[in-house]
Amino acid sequence: MNATRVSYTLESTLASVNKAEQSAEEVAARSGFDTDECGRIALAVREATVNAVLHGNRCDPTKHVTVSFDSTPEALTMAVRDEGPGLNPATLPDPLAPENLLKESGRGIFLIRAFMDEVRFRILSPGTEVIMVKFVRGPDRGGSKEDNQ
Amino acid sequence: MTMKASSRQADGVTIVDLSGRITLGEGSVVLRDTMRDLSAQGHKKILLNLVNVSYIDSSGVGELVSAFTSVRNAGGELKLLNLTQKVHDLLQITKLHKVFDIQDDEAVAIGAFDQ
Repeated sequence: MNATRVSYTLESTLASVNKAEQSAEEVAARSGFDTDECGRIALAVREATVNAVLHGNRCDPTKHVTVSFDSTPEALTMAVRDEGPGLNPATLPDPLAPENLLKESGRGIFLIRAFMDEVRFRILSPGTEVIMVKFVRGPDRGGSKEDNQ
Repeated sequence: MTMKASSRQADGVTIVDLSGRITLGEGSVVLRDTMRDLSAQGHKKILLNLVNVSYIDSSGVGELVSAFTSVRNAGGELKLLNLTQKVHDLLQITKLHKVFDIQDDEAVAIGAFDQ
């Protein structure tokens, strides 16, 4: 399979979340992931797009979300970028902490980290880009799953 | 697939059969509205049957947590029934499988409510 790149510029709406999720599932299937992995990849992209629409762009109709997929024989790299004020992932509370376990929100990025092999955040001016990598045959190296930039 | 909810009664327990996706937007709203209506009607023993829930996102997880805490705060009990593997995995990853009483047999689940 050759390297391919697909990119979408989407409005800050719930419909965009569904579009990003559906695209992720289709790209993941074409990249050779099995059904379960496709579901996890689609969920990670969904969660990233929800964050971009709701927390990044705050549903501002003048702001957009960019979702891109880069597929190579080795890995699928997905990026979701918003135009919001910026997110510092280090400040996010741990949803597994006893005091947070029964909170209604705060699990989106946690699930992205759980389902992806690598997760990176780029702080832009303005906006945030979350970059998610899933290796076609799992991570081929040890170490941390996450690297903040 | 849109989310649907219907409720029935068995031995004093309200069983809510859910189907579809519990995700941000319509799915979460349907669950929230259903729980609000049941609370208003005084139902306190609630069994959420998730056998036909194909998909759930973090917003859906949050709605399940909200349902659990609101029923508990009202002095009631909420249990989950017949989780699909996907939903079970999500609750396990988020450690909520230790919070919810998760059942896989309806009759046993009904009997597990406080009398």
